[in-house]
Amino acid sequence: MAKIMIPTPLRQYAGGSDSVEVDATSAGEALDKLIAAHPDLKKQLFNDEGKLRSFVNVYVSDEDIRYLDREKTPVKPDDTISIVPSIAGGR
Amino acid sequence: MSALPELTNDEVLRYSRHLILPEVGLEGQRKLKNAKILMVGTGGLGAPLGLYLAAAGVGKIGIVDFDVVDVTNLQRQVIHGTKDVGRPKIDSAAESMQDINPFLEIEKFEVPLSSENALDIIKDYDIVVDGTDNFPTRYLVNDACVLLNKPNCYGSIFRFEGQATVFHYEGGPCYRCLYPEPPPPGLVPSCAEGGVLGILPGIIGVIQATEAVKIILGKGETLSGRLLLYDSLGMKFRELKLRRNPECPVCGDHPTVTELIDYQQFCGIPQAAAAEEAEKGKLPEITPLELKARLDAGDDIFVLDVREPHEYDIASIEGTTLIPLGEVARRVGELDSTAEIVIHCKSGVRSGKAQKILKEMGFSRVTNLAGGILRWADEVDPSIPKY
Repeated sequence: MAKIMIPTPLRQYAGGSDSVEVDATSAGEALDKLIAAHPDLKKQLFNDEGKLRSFVNVYVSDEDIRYLDREKTPVKPDDTISIVPSIAGGR
Repeated sequence: MSALPELTNDEVLRYSRHLILPEVGLEGQRKLKNAKILMVGTGGLGAPLGLYLAAAGVGKIGIVDFDVVDVTNLQRQVIHGTKDVGRPKIDSAAESMQDINPFLEIEKFEVPLSSENALDIIKDYDIVVDGTDNFPTRYLVNDACVLLNKPNCYGSIFRFEGQATVFHYEGGPCYRCLYPEPPPPGLVPSCAEGGVLGILPGIIGVIQATEAVKIILGKGETLSGRLLLYDSLGMKFRELKLRRNPECPVCGDHPTVTELIDYQQFCGIPQAAAAEEAEKGKLPEITPLELKARLDAGDDIFVLDVREPHEYDIASIEGTTLIPLGEVARRVGELDSTAEIVIHCKSGVRSGKAQKILKEMGFSRVTNLAGGILRWADEVDPSIPKY
């Protein structure tokens, strides 16, 4: 099972979980399964056209999937998938 | 080496713990004295940045801020004290930094950084440390640094989590390579809305300061090309790879952004404000004094509080029912769609959202309490604590 790390700002849409385990072979499949388990996350991660939002980055292990094969990026059972949204706080 | 300023005997003594580190030494300390760092913001991140960079012996620090110290800042902005509440942050920060190090030269810019002044302010500095708190300024600082070819020590925080890296250093990626576009306004809560662990900016700001000092010294390995993630609850540091995007509109191979743009527009701020304004007249509001008068007159009004339970514990209005905004749609069965309902939250934004949800579900008599419990505390019941 691959492990998806849920960042603080999105945990409220994932029942408070900080990580979710999914059985998936690609990044896209992993995200689909995550959304199936936590439907409230869908609007946070994807736009109306169903594309990953441009201020939400997804990493398989430590690599940004935009520089790999995007949603088709392969995922191994022991991989960690990180969702890293843009945050701006500083005050 | 010959162009570097000499250290006085007082400075040699002050920096002795640096001087006996071979990686810093006399030459490194003279590099620090020669360095000019621009610090944008003197808040959560700016506080440790200012204090440590001043202490380290950086020769000149420019400070950009136009805010005033508020009592709610003191939980994390350790550069300001209780005596400074109400003072300009820039004065309070400069005073603290000068007290730590009288050899430091400070230049103050008490203005909001903007597309009109950013290039002028940044151009004479070697490094920018970004301690701002909003997306438009983040993109402005990034673009200005790329256009002027300055490294940008970046950090940002949210609740219990932080991010840090170095942008645009020795051909490395910039902020737009990491996030090409900002989130639409309102989707990502600010620290003021979402809260922040007071110690968190201390950790992230000190990481930014460390990177700035390493760049000046030319020692070690900077965070350029790496995004450091810090989770204070799990007490975990993780690292992700960051690449320069050859298609990046500002630092890519064929840049399309060659001058500063309107960053408010880029981040959708005026558009969102216009949409909110258009929405405003459509949904009815009631002021705290009006609501109080009607409740006192015995009118049958159901007051719904849509804040979170931990906020209800801090302060609440008597006789209200709590259903957090995120649960309103699901728990709509608990409400009477024919009753007159007044919704309130902390300041009126979330209750406006709840009002919209209920209206769409067929509730016709739903009113928003203008200004939320904060305004209620101001105008009706001063015994209620504000948070």
